[in-house]
Amino acid sequence: MELVAHIAQVQGFTAIALGLIIGFGALGACIGIGIMGSKFLEAAARQPELVPLLQGRMFLLAGLIDAAFLIGVALAMYFAVANPLLSSLSAAAGH
Amino acid sequence: MASEPQGGLTEYIRHHLTHLKPPHVSEGGFWSVHVDSVTVSLVLGVLFCLWFWLLARKATAGVPSKGQAFVEIVLEFVDGQVKDVFHGDRRFLGPLALTVFVWVFLMNAMDLLPVDLLPWATEKFGLSHFRSVPTADVNMTFAMSITVLLLVIFYSFKAKGLGGYMHELFTAPFGKWFAPFNFALNLVELLSKPVSLSMRLFGNMYAGELVFMLIAGLFSAGSWLLYGMGIIGYTVWGIFHILIISIQAFIFMVLTIVYISMAHDHH
Repeated sequence: MELVAHIAQVQGFTAIALGLIIGFGALGACIGIGIMGSKFLEAAARQPELVPLLQGRMFLLAGLIDAAFLIGVALAMYFAVANPLLSSLSAAAGH
Repeated sequence: MASEPQGGLTEYIRHHLTHLKPPHVSEGGFWSVHVDSVTVSLVLGVLFCLWFWLLARKATAGVPSKGQAFVEIVLEFVDGQVKDVFHGDRRFLGPLALTVFVWVFLMNAMDLLPVDLLPWATEKFGLSHFRSVPTADVNMTFAMSITVLLLVIFYSFKAKGLGGYMHELFTAPFGKWFAPFNFALNLVELLSKPVSLSMRLFGNMYAGELVFMLIAGLFSAGSWLLYGMGIIGYTVWGIFHILIISIQAFIFMVLTIVYISMAHDHH
């Protein structure tokens, strides 16, 4: 029974951590994309002839901004599916 | 999912995250090669070479066929990107950028196949684990980015010579009185390149693959409503993923070009 409580504790903390990882990551990425998108639209409105040049760079930067967030999401999903932190617990319990 | 082991969504996803390894090797040992990643990437690489080579052989100066026009569009797009960044002899960097772009794109595009298609097909031959996206394997992306790192080091030596490169490593950016500090700084800069390059591609593809698997879990949830939501979700995420895989292939190519052309710059 004590083991179940420990597992529940680890899973509970992991769930909170997953929420924080994805939430804050999404926050940062969205602010970044928002700033970049607004600047792109401003620039496109001022100088429409530069749009093809800027568009490629915008997509490049969008990918770069998204990357850290998506790495976080991948990590979070990994922890959600197969929690490696539990393995030491089950090892200590002698399974 | 009919052929999957029973045990719910977690077991389903864990099953799909297991690589195909050669039998009778120790787990995590040197020879526990991920056979699926290596096979799929090699097949795609050979397909890409054959495809472009055949069309390049038949190329005419007259009215091009649709295939030739497509190859020309890809080639000119990549060559334009290289031309923008790198001012010098493009005979090596151009083909390298083309290879990186098309190969990474094809490997990413394996994500657009249904997640169960290739594992289902290989299960008919008795191979129970098969991951079809090579770029969602961290070994694959690190192999590519470390190759880029070796090329950066090679071109640094080639462009600046042994003395010039060593001089730059130890004296940029703070002058010769800070030599150890400069060297540590430059080493971190050099080593962070392959890590960020590969982790970016891996993170994107791994997260994408996992989302596909989570959506695919809806198909076996047992209700028609969830089944319909699964189909809609799979379609929407698939369409969004077309954008992601192209952008990631593009970024990998552009950063490869930028890193190698930076290796040519003198400080």
